[in-house]
Amino acid sequence: MIDKTCSIRDIATGIESGMTLGIGGWGGRRKPMAFVRELLQTPATDLTLLSFGGPDVGMLAAAGKVRKLVFGFVSMDLVPLEAHFRAARQAGAFEVMELDEGMFQLGLKAAAARLPFLPTRVGFGSDVLTTNPEIKTVKSPYGDEELVAVPALPVDVAICHVNQADTLGNSRISGPDPFFDEWFCRAAGKAFLTTEEVVPTDAFDDPLTALQMPIERNLVHGVALARHGAHPTSCAPAYGIDVDHLRHYSAAAKGGWPGYRAQYVDGLDLEGYVEAVGGAARIEALPLPVF
Amino acid sequence: MACSLAELCVCAAAEAFRGEGETMVTSIGLVPRLAASLAKSTFAPGLMMTEGEAYLVSEPVPVGPRGDYRPKIEGLMTYERVFDIIYRGMRHAMVTPVQVDRYGQMNISVIGDYARPKAALLGVRGYPGNTVNNANSMFVPSHDRRTFVAGEVDMVAGAGYNPARWPGGRKPEFLDLRRIVSNLAVMDFQGAGNAIRVISLHPGVTFEEVQDNTGFALEQTGGLGETAAPTARQLGVLDRLDPHNLRATVFKGNPPGRRAE
Repeated sequence: MIDKTCSIRDIATGIESGMTLGIGGWGGRRKPMAFVRELLQTPATDLTLLSFGGPDVGMLAAAGKVRKLVFGFVSMDLVPLEAHFRAARQAGAFEVMELDEGMFQLGLKAAAARLPFLPTRVGFGSDVLTTNPEIKTVKSPYGDEELVAVPALPVDVAICHVNQADTLGNSRISGPDPFFDEWFCRAAGKAFLTTEEVVPTDAFDDPLTALQMPIERNLVHGVALARHGAHPTSCAPAYGIDVDHLRHYSAAAKGGWPGYRAQYVDGLDLEGYVEAVGGAARIEALPLPVF
Repeated sequence: MACSLAELCVCAAAEAFRGEGETMVTSIGLVPRLAASLAKSTFAPGLMMTEGEAYLVSEPVPVGPRGDYRPKIEGLMTYERVFDIIYRGMRHAMVTPVQVDRYGQMNISVIGDYARPKAALLGVRGYPGNTVNNANSMFVPSHDRRTFVAGEVDMVAGAGYNPARWPGGRKPEFLDLRRIVSNLAVMDFQGAGNAIRVISLHPGVTFEEVQDNTGFALEQTGGLGETAAPTARQLGVLDRLDPHNLRATVFKGNPPGRRAE
């Protein structure tokens, strides 16, 4: 019988220096933050991150673990600018490959389909092409149109946070938007899920539930329980974005990062973290964001 | 009708959507959101819009805390589908860039040098894809030379009418910049070679003032008139779309639509 269960620490300690990571979620929503905090405590560095970025990017950048960032934006939604990302970006702390959000998705899709590139018009007329001279163009074989060839963006490891998973790697995203998690998993050598809840497979035995299951289990290498594991980002419908915590975290960009990580990261397991941020009941009472 | 500057801007921005049929509107920020909501509630009922997250709604969702109001879902619009609709071109985006230049090129990525920026902002987001695939309009709350820059914007996130940046000098086929509403005036891209052109001045504003606050030469329409004031009906609809009067916070001191002499 297949059993893919593991711990968030197992996933984090499997990340080696120099690896390329794809991190699921979007901005301030459904980020695998419990995994990120575990990763902050490993020696892995020199990472290339691909992310529709939020505090995952900010924390790893603040910790100096990022060699290169592939991104379209970094934002925490209700706190629009990510202070730690900004500080590191302004200091030139990492290389950037700044892409249009849709180009980013096409790069993941190319990798997922084992293709070298996918064509698009996106990029023409913008500095996305001038700041990324490695992105080439191709001529349509069916006419004379020049198109941008978005290179495949494969990742060594993808990590996404889901609402439910079973021990086989089946999973359900019950919030309104699955974002691009499935494409990170398809573009990955190995994909791992962290989950609010581990459920028996028959919890998925419902046709409408199946519509909320974009990630096939054969993409998934490991499943780690991480209740409240998206905090301080949201995990709809269970809990919303912790705006107060994100403001506190943002304020730490002005020299307060060592204090932040001492209080919320170092030496804490997930249970200890949940207590440090005010307890499970407080997280579960965080209102869902209204946009 | 007497109105605030914010209400004047909302109504002027709503005009960007006049004549749109079943186009999806993506409106980022309070004024664009109210503009699209007003258009859908009045003269452009076919518009499609979301509740701000992932669902299409059959009526615009009032802004701010919703109380007992529940969005009336008519369909799904996840981010993945947003890209599909962009590529099909059936969308009109209204955004607020940090910098705009004479070509209509927009920036929300960085201010200053790209490698070591003075200010890192959001990143290019979807601007490159939006601008070469569907219609785009802008709301600019601070019409000054820091926003409407001389030369080019520091980082071109949104493509514009700049042949030097087009592949083979050929205009991207679906590039379609429509309208800019600022706190001073309304502009379009119908000048010579798609130059930015002032099409109306907000009451009490002169063309010279708009030009002085712009880093490049503006064109103007003949017989340049005032931006139309909202009707009583429009203001009534706005009260319903913005029940907490968040529009009073758009501009410092909530100035009137007609500037005092």
